Amino acid sequence: MWVDFSLHHAWLIPLLPALAFAIISFFLLRSPQLASRLAIAAMGSAFLIALGVGWAVVSKGITVEAPFVMKTVWFSMPGLVAGMGVLIDPIAAMMLFVVSLISLLVLIYSTGYMTGDPGYARFFAFMSLFAASMLAMVIATNFLQLFVFWELVGLCSYLLIGWYFHKISAREAGKKAFMTTRIGDFGLLLGILFLQIAFGTLDFGELAVKVPAYVSQNGAALMTCVALLLFAGPVAKSGQFPLHVWLPDAMEGPTPVSALIHAATMVVAGVYLVARAFAIFSVLPGAMTVIAWLGCFTALFAACIALTQREIKRILAFSTISQLGYMMLALGVGSLTASMFHLMTHAFFKALLFLGAGSILHALHDKADIFEMGGLRKSMPATCAMMGIAVLAIAGIPPFAGFFSKDEILVAAAHVSTPLYIGASFTAFLTAFYMARLFLVAFFGEENPHDHPHESGMSMLFPMGVLAVLSIFAGAVPFALGFGDWVRFGPAHHAGIDWGIASASTLIALAGFSLAWLIYGGGAKRSDAIAKQAGVLYSLSLNKFYVDELYQWFNRNIVTGLARVLYWVDLNVVDGIVDGAAQKSGAVGAILRRFQTGQTQQYAAVMLIATVMLALILAFSAGAVAGGGKI
Amino acid sequence: MIGLSHYLLVGAVLFGLGLFGLLTKRNLIAVLMSIELMLNSVNINLVAFSRYTATDAAAGQVFSLFIIAVAAAEVAVGLALAYAIYRGRDTVSIDDMNWLKW
Amino acid sequence: MSFPVLSTILFAPIVGAAAITFLPTTAGSSIKKVSAAAMGISFLLSLMVFFGYDWHSGGMQFVEELAWLPEMGAAYSLGVDGLSAPMILLTALIGFAGVFASWRVDERPKEFFILFLLLVAGVAGTFVARDLFLFLLCYEVVVIPIYIMIILWGSSKRVTKEYAAMKLTIYLLLGSAFLLAGILMLYLNAYPAGTRTFSMQALTQAAAGGALSPEFQKFAFFFVMLGFGSLLSMWPFHSWSPDGYAGAPTAVSMVHAGVLKKIGGYGLIRIGLLMLPLGFKFWAPLIAAFGVANVAYAAFIALVQKDMKYVVGYSSVSHMGYVLIGIAAADVIGINGAVANMFAHGVMAALFFAMIGHIYHATHTRHIPDLGGLAHQMPRATVGFFLAGMASLGLPGLISFVPEFTIFVGSFKAFPLFAVLAIAGIILTALYVLRVLADVLFGPRRSEWDGVHDLHGADWVPLVVLGSFLIGFGLFPSLLMNVVNSGIEPLMPLLAKLKLAATLWGGL
Repeated sequence: MWVDFSLHHAWLIPLLPALAFAIISFFLLRSPQLASRLAIAAMGSAFLIALGVGWAVVSKGITVEAPFVMKTVWFSMPGLVAGMGVLIDPIAAMMLFVVSLISLLVLIYSTGYMTGDPGYARFFAFMSLFAASMLAMVIATNFLQLFVFWELVGLCSYLLIGWYFHKISAREAGKKAFMTTRIGDFGLLLGILFLQIAFGTLDFGELAVKVPAYVSQNGAALMTCVALLLFAGPVAKSGQFPLHVWLPDAMEGPTPVSALIHAATMVVAGVYLVARAFAIFSVLPGAMTVIAWLGCFTALFAACIALTQREIKRILAFSTISQLGYMMLALGVGSLTASMFHLMTHAFFKALLFLGAGSILHALHDKADIFEMGGLRKSMPATCAMMGIAVLAIAGIPPFAGFFSKDEILVAAAHVSTPLYIGASFTAFLTAFYMARLFLVAFFGEENPHDHPHESGMSMLFPMGVLAVLSIFAGAVPFALGFGDWVRFGPAHHAGIDWGIASASTLIALAGFSLAWLIYGGGAKRSDAIAKQAGVLYSLSLNKFYVDELYQWFNRNIVTGLARVLYWVDLNVVDGIVDGAAQKSGAVGAILRRFQTGQTQQYAAVMLIATVMLALILAFSAGAVAGGGKI
Repeated sequence: MIGLSHYLLVGAVLFGLGLFGLLTKRNLIAVLMSIELMLNSVNINLVAFSRYTATDAAAGQVFSLFIIAVAAAEVAVGLALAYAIYRGRDTVSIDDMNWLKW
Repeated sequence: MSFPVLSTILFAPIVGAAAITFLPTTAGSSIKKVSAAAMGISFLLSLMVFFGYDWHSGGMQFVEELAWLPEMGAAYSLGVDGLSAPMILLTALIGFAGVFASWRVDERPKEFFILFLLLVAGVAGTFVARDLFLFLLCYEVVVIPIYIMIILWGSSKRVTKEYAAMKLTIYLLLGSAFLLAGILMLYLNAYPAGTRTFSMQALTQAAAGGALSPEFQKFAFFFVMLGFGSLLSMWPFHSWSPDGYAGAPTAVSMVHAGVLKKIGGYGLIRIGLLMLPLGFKFWAPLIAAFGVANVAYAAFIALVQKDMKYVVGYSSVSHMGYVLIGIAAADVIGINGAVANMFAHGVMAALFFAMIGHIYHATHTRHIPDLGGLAHQMPRATVGFFLAGMASLGLPGLISFVPEFTIFVGSFKAFPLFAVLAIAGIILTALYVLRVLADVLFGPRRSEWDGVHDLHGADWVPLVVLGSFLIGFGLFPSLLMNVVNSGIEPLMPLLAKLKLAATLWGGL
């Protein structure tokens, strides 16, 4: 009953939070308590329906090959029919579960975290819209619908990253997020247009048939280009190199927003897009190679940067980029299962990490530098414990969630290419190192005497607790229950644990921990010395390899420069011609003006002469026409 | 015997005098008077032609009556303008009246 | 004969203007109320026309026909089809919003509202006319009020408002001169003397029946293209647009950018494509190239503007590029998108100008570096400004996304390279829109704006009315697209024939 209802009303999942957004922004902006309750109620109902959908997928045997689809026409004209609809398959069901659960938890957390903010009600409205857009994107049946909600997700991220809009940095961060993703969207849009024109449809189901047929007939060259254009969207949205720059700045938003962006909405949208369109990508080995290598590089690159960052949320942001690289890598090596599995576990422990960071920032009044924290373990024991769980999970220590998903990725990578496997393993080592660094520096070490941190309230600890439980079990349980039988592409994927790789990766993670303990276990002094020795490498990493500076230079000099040149052209050439024409006619007028003296008698004389001449002409011509002229 | 040509000659002389005055006089009043002269010379021509050549003797004379009426109106307006300009600008010299020129 | 809906839409503002002439100059509020009532009637009736239009059957509806100048073949003939129904709704909508956006005009309100109502009536006339003579007449009616309104109530910084008014008027007149030449040529060549007519339908049939030689069509279309092109601010005839909008009072900017400009696009389709199809096809690549120039060039320039109105002015030039490309694609999808985009841009530009007008009224500056953080003091105006900005950068869920996407689909087939360049415009658009939003609305609170008024009273009307269309048609695009499509779909046989016709670049 409930299961049937959920499946057939899956469109309610995004609609409920969207309605919450509308109702709050039209009626409840002045009643914050009501607003937050409404948002949580809507999200909670959405979560329940998502659970029902999940159950329906399992009980009704809905598979990737035979998804449950409902469609309606959004607009249509000859040659272009755009649909909206609901596509439920195990991948979408898993995403619905993860997104709605994390959104719900983050909303509950926000009731505590955002207390006292003047825009409290508005915050819940935006968060609801954010979740709604993401949920609607997840159930998209075609590329256009996906793109529509993809953009709306971008809009919400802009609004929420720039939440503290009185701060210039927040304002610019929001702008940067929107702009960077826009650049990717340009490619995505081009790819979508090409698909529409070449195949006359954007429907995932139809494309999954037509594209492989086209490729096997006409070769992969053209479609590889299209796939790479499509991939530009995920590159920007999921923070892959070189369009990752917005993600670290996105921490300017309130921490619940960061948690939502990094864990459940926004960034995983890119990964999800590739997974959703996997039928296209998987037949194009060229595109797959690019995805795999770019993912691997991003993972390594971001991990290198995370080593030296000092702000807690910034470290977490780079770790997100790195983990997203993992997910892309998994997709690139053809393992959709591993990617989605990691997406899910990562969502749980990354949300937990961010909520924990938020709890710390809340206690320390937005002091973000980990080296100014110290000793938080005593004043915030619950937060400390849960952060510890999350750190173990992200580092891939068994039996925490991250271990299983990361292991699947490593196995998949090792099957395809050894360099990719090595890169991924090294990233795992770095991940363990910098997460341990964060944990050791912030929670251990000496207490900062000026701070009086306090443990957060229940509204914040409860969601963290739920996430902590999930961070522990969300790896082993799905693994045991055959996650790969449902969430897959192609034949069912029964991954057993490859003990060799598993033990290697565990050892690598432990090595990372030990190194961090060696350096940071006894205060920060040793790390400064190492930083000095590293020299250029250290400053490269600290300054994020100067990618931001490069973009800023490009924007300031090339784009704005070109704009100035064109404005000059407009004022002086285009307008110059116009004004020149006007001036020329003016000059002619100035000459003619001299004939207009204003002397009445001159005019009279001219009139006289003209009359006489006219009379003469008439007289002579009348004579010439021989009496013909009757005047 | 005085014929048509004599009247026309008088008319032409009057018209010439008027034209000369119109083109050379600096005083606005004098210019208006010159215009009156020219109009009257036309009247003489009309009456003369009507007397000597037309079959319907009244036609030309009705014309000249019209012209007299129009001339009276014109002088009234013209003098009023001259007076207004004199009050405002303290001049009746037609050379100075070029303010409408751009 | 049934109730003459279109005539009422057309004459309600004129009657309103006539009524205002009897009011004393000092009766500012009654003048405004009369204007609002007149535009309100037009608006309600145009809503009725738009939503009452039977798009299943299509064709001309709400037809009215009266003999006028039979010797010349001109008639008072009105009607709407899928092409003009959105335009007439847009006109009345923006006219209605414009009255409320001018609610705070206290200097010579009588003259202002008389001229404004005449302006709206003229624009409305061009869209409902089924007769070229009436079309031209209404078009000329439009030009004069704009000139006077910019000079009397305008404001500008970079150039004087007199210069702006002069430039805009001369461009419009120059455009109409070319147009007149083109239309007269068409009039004289379509039918032999004695049977000549200005009826659009008859002239369309003349072209379809092969009465016009390809050479003639190419020649005549060139003039029509220049005429409508300069009206649509086609590059390089665009430079009146930013100056003119910056100089004009709020309501005039709204009507001008919102609907008057659209006469250009409307005419290119209604007259250019339908009456001179071969000429249209011949010049289409040039129009597309100019369209791309519009998109990219104007978007770049908008990046470095310091006056808010200039940003929107250049942005409107940029958006018209999409319309041009969509039309030039000569494809049913592209033209659908172009017409819908004209509507979309109208609503969005009007909202933009209304909000800028309000901000200017409150702060007495439009200079972006002087502003900042207005979201603190003017949250409601911020919502409007933000909505307009987001619509401008083509955010899905707002009105302009679907039209733009449709244009892209349509033009990608015909001009792949141009289409890619035009799509790249979305990046630039985002760049300048976000810059303006950030610099004007967000940032630290500035104490000098602490006392300013947010939207209140009549200021709400433009935001609510325009905003509901912005969102409503954005969420349910088929409301708009179905009507538009009913006007464009009948062109499919013509467009199919044109596929093989020669272009500037040689045959396909």
